[in-house]
Amino acid sequence: MDIVVLVKQVPDTESLIQIAGDGVSIKTDTIKWVMNPYDELAVEEALRIRDTQSGSVTILSMGPKRSVKTIQTALAMGADKAVHLNDPQAEGSDSLATAKILAAALKDIPYDLIIAGQRAVDQDNFQVGAAVAEYLSIPQISQITKEEISDGKIKCHRTVEGAIEVVEASLPALLTTQRGLNDPRYTTLPGIMKAKKKPMETKVLADIGIDPDTVGESNRKVKITALKLPPERGGVTMIDGGSVSEKAAALVSKLHDDLRII
Amino acid sequence: MSEGILVVAEQHNGAFRKAAFEVLSEGRRLADSMNTDLTAVVIGSGIENIAGEPGKYGADNILTADDAALADYNTDAYTNVLAGIVKLKNPALIILGASIHGKDLAARLAARLDAGLVMECIEIQLINDKLIFTRPMYGGKILAELEIEGRTQIVAIRPNVMSIKESNKAGRVEKVDARIGDVNTSVVEKLIEEGDKIELTEADIVVAGGHGTNGDFAAIEELASLLGGAVGASRFAVDEGWRPHSDQVGQTGKIVSPSLYIACGISGAIQHAAGMSTSKNIVAINKDPDAPLFSKADIGIVGDLAELVPAITEEIKKIQG
Repeated sequence: MDIVVLVKQVPDTESLIQIAGDGVSIKTDTIKWVMNPYDELAVEEALRIRDTQSGSVTILSMGPKRSVKTIQTALAMGADKAVHLNDPQAEGSDSLATAKILAAALKDIPYDLIIAGQRAVDQDNFQVGAAVAEYLSIPQISQITKEEISDGKIKCHRTVEGAIEVVEASLPALLTTQRGLNDPRYTTLPGIMKAKKKPMETKVLADIGIDPDTVGESNRKVKITALKLPPERGGVTMIDGGSVSEKAAALVSKLHDDLRII
Repeated sequence: MSEGILVVAEQHNGAFRKAAFEVLSEGRRLADSMNTDLTAVVIGSGIENIAGEPGKYGADNILTADDAALADYNTDAYTNVLAGIVKLKNPALIILGASIHGKDLAARLAARLDAGLVMECIEIQLINDKLIFTRPMYGGKILAELEIEGRTQIVAIRPNVMSIKESNKAGRVEKVDARIGDVNTSVVEKLIEEGDKIELTEADIVVAGGHGTNGDFAAIEELASLLGGAVGASRFAVDEGWRPHSDQVGQTGKIVSPSLYIACGISGAIQHAAGMSTSKNIVAINKDPDAPLFSKADIGIVGDLAELVPAITEEIKKIQG
């Protein structure tokens, strides 16, 4: 079973996000960059499948030079090799262009299964996995919490509104992850040492046959025209003083009589 | 020339999701301001008896794709059918609800049509004949305004954000020839969740617990059930195994926008706030007066939630008689 995991480096979820001077991007100088948490689940699941079915795990990641650190983390977790797409002309690509680039790179990597995060917790687009599957003409099963492979088929659990669906697809297929799928392992010092010796190829758009004039910031279909901070709330009203039941009564009266929401 | 608005009205087992009425209402509002028609698409099996309902929420026309193979949501079948309808009708704007299925379908459809998609949109404005879409990024720490270039624009609207408005329109129902095409996935089993559990992302009231519960959610469950709401949890509570992952609210969990969010014993890490900051009213209960969530809340109470939550439940029982 050859598995490719799509990995993206994103700001840590505890990072403070500030708008840059241009008004359409974020300040990156103070950000701590980490592996997208949903991709950690993807790497972990790939390693578990490889360890029971044999085969290989390849990390495919697009991003600037700093992404190497995240790729190294995936290799330190136990992935076998990596392909890093690093081309300044790809920067600022929207979801569809990103998926086109990844799908083009996947033409040179053998795979039976592709696993991606359900979304990257930067722009939260939920699009790249599905679009890669579409461009490769393979089935997708999104937001899975469990998988089982047998006889060239994969069966996945997915929690939807009010139900858990068990969805089956023929391989090759693309899965995206949901929390609950597994607990990603931590890297260990020996793992980190080994990762440095694992093969990592770096490619540019020309290597995978992508015309730079079809991707990148200037070719976005979805254009960011402004970033703004969410509106401030009106400030908190504290319910002070009195006994527990007086405080409770004051709250209920506010919600019921003033706000009429209960 | 593309024209008209197409709305995908999501139904499960012969009943529309609340989100379907939200997208229809928003579609109607936009159709009026763009002076164009609103067409609803209903995909499923045995749906003729509900097919007219979108008319109540503003659909001029309703297209049904009714086929046994469409009984359960299926990425390939639904994308094929919807892409076929889009080809036929050539709409300028396609609106879906950003449910689990809606997001899956919107993303695949966007790639199929090579069309720009705005996911989890919370506001649409028409400014100088251009649609401006607003959506949260970075888990809600930032709001982005976006424009989509190209012949067809696709938007998936976050559940529970847009208001439902009735407006009786003709709602002419037309059954289309459902072109199901190649299908490589199938739902082999469906495990329905117990009872009448309210879906967190659709709930009007959410009562959530965190570290401060010490793992005891009984009082929170009672309060949520009394209010007809859903129970949510912080990442800490989920990591401790106190609640299932499906209850997690936050940047790596569910994003909720209820009318009322009651946070019990949740300190309010940035990543939790990301999941609930678009709630219309936020109540924070915490024994630590410096808990960061107080700064995100509308109403705060400092105190022991083990005492306060049952006391609130008692007070609500009084007013409910």
